[in-house]
Amino acid sequence: MSAPLPVTLHFNATVTVLPKEGVLDPEGQAIERALKGLGFSEVETVHAGKVITLSLTAADRAEAERRVREMAERLLANPIIQRYTLRIEESA
Amino acid sequence: MRVGVVLFPGTNRERDVLTAFVRAGAPRPRLIWHEESDLAGLDLVVLPGGFSYGDYLRPGAMAALSPVMTAVRAFAARGGYVLGICNGFQILIEAGILPGALLRNVTLRFLAQDCHLRVERADTAFTRHFQKGAVFRAPMAHGDGNYFADPATLARLEGEGLIAFRYTPPAGELAREANPNGSMNHIAGIYSANLRVLGLMPHPEDLVDPVIGGEDGLPLFTGLAEALAA
Repeated sequence: MSAPLPVTLHFNATVTVLPKEGVLDPEGQAIERALKGLGFSEVETVHAGKVITLSLTAADRAEAERRVREMAERLLANPIIQRYTLRIEESA
Repeated sequence: MRVGVVLFPGTNRERDVLTAFVRAGAPRPRLIWHEESDLAGLDLVVLPGGFSYGDYLRPGAMAALSPVMTAVRAFAARGGYVLGICNGFQILIEAGILPGALLRNVTLRFLAQDCHLRVERADTAFTRHFQKGAVFRAPMAHGDGNYFADPATLARLEGEGLIAFRYTPPAGELAREANPNGSMNHIAGIYSANLRVLGLMPHPEDLVDPVIGGEDGLPLFTGLAEALAA
């Protein structure tokens, strides 16, 4: 009849930060030109960004996602010029 | 006039700012470490250039979270004067004290060269010793100075006269080749709505002595010294 012990789970999070649509991305454009120069003429668009990985603890996946989203909004991405995607996986 | 110059880890242009104020006849500024948060008694806070926190994540992003920046935000909100140069401008933007963003230069190159700046208004504490429309030479040295703002913000800056300086050729007309980093509307520097916070990418403080090639940037500092004289 004892209360369940609080469980802390471990998660790995990957935050991918990319330029927003419509924001000049000279790095992506330079890579695109270089790829076409190498003969990859099928390339349509290229964007260059940054990947940030981190591990964290949370009570559940929803909490992990909420916290990582807050990290992305407040520091990891600049919402004026960047968009981001999250991937969160429970780790052992 | 009491000036404070903020030092972050990686700041490297603080001596240039000190020299500029001394050459302008102002008292020697006080250096403020980024962990301090007491700005009492200051009339002007300067965020100098450099590479705070190694430009990690985005230039200025880490410095914007320093304890001193909470104090600078409050200081600006009280009507204090703030000048952010180069990395200091990037920090003011990341801290949300000035609007917009500074993207990688359109050339993808770090640009270390002279540029010319047109003075968009001469009725501020920063530009009172320039003529409106005057063009002066200033060194630039940055990799991320490409000013960006969403259309509404850009329209507000233009409509309220908050553009401080634009990149132009020496004659002052707008020309794409004189806007080396690709900034929207050729913007090199902007003001806050109360005209007391100025951020700009180029370095007027690096051209204040004939020994190093000219005094083109000195009027900014003599103007401030006069405007803020106690």
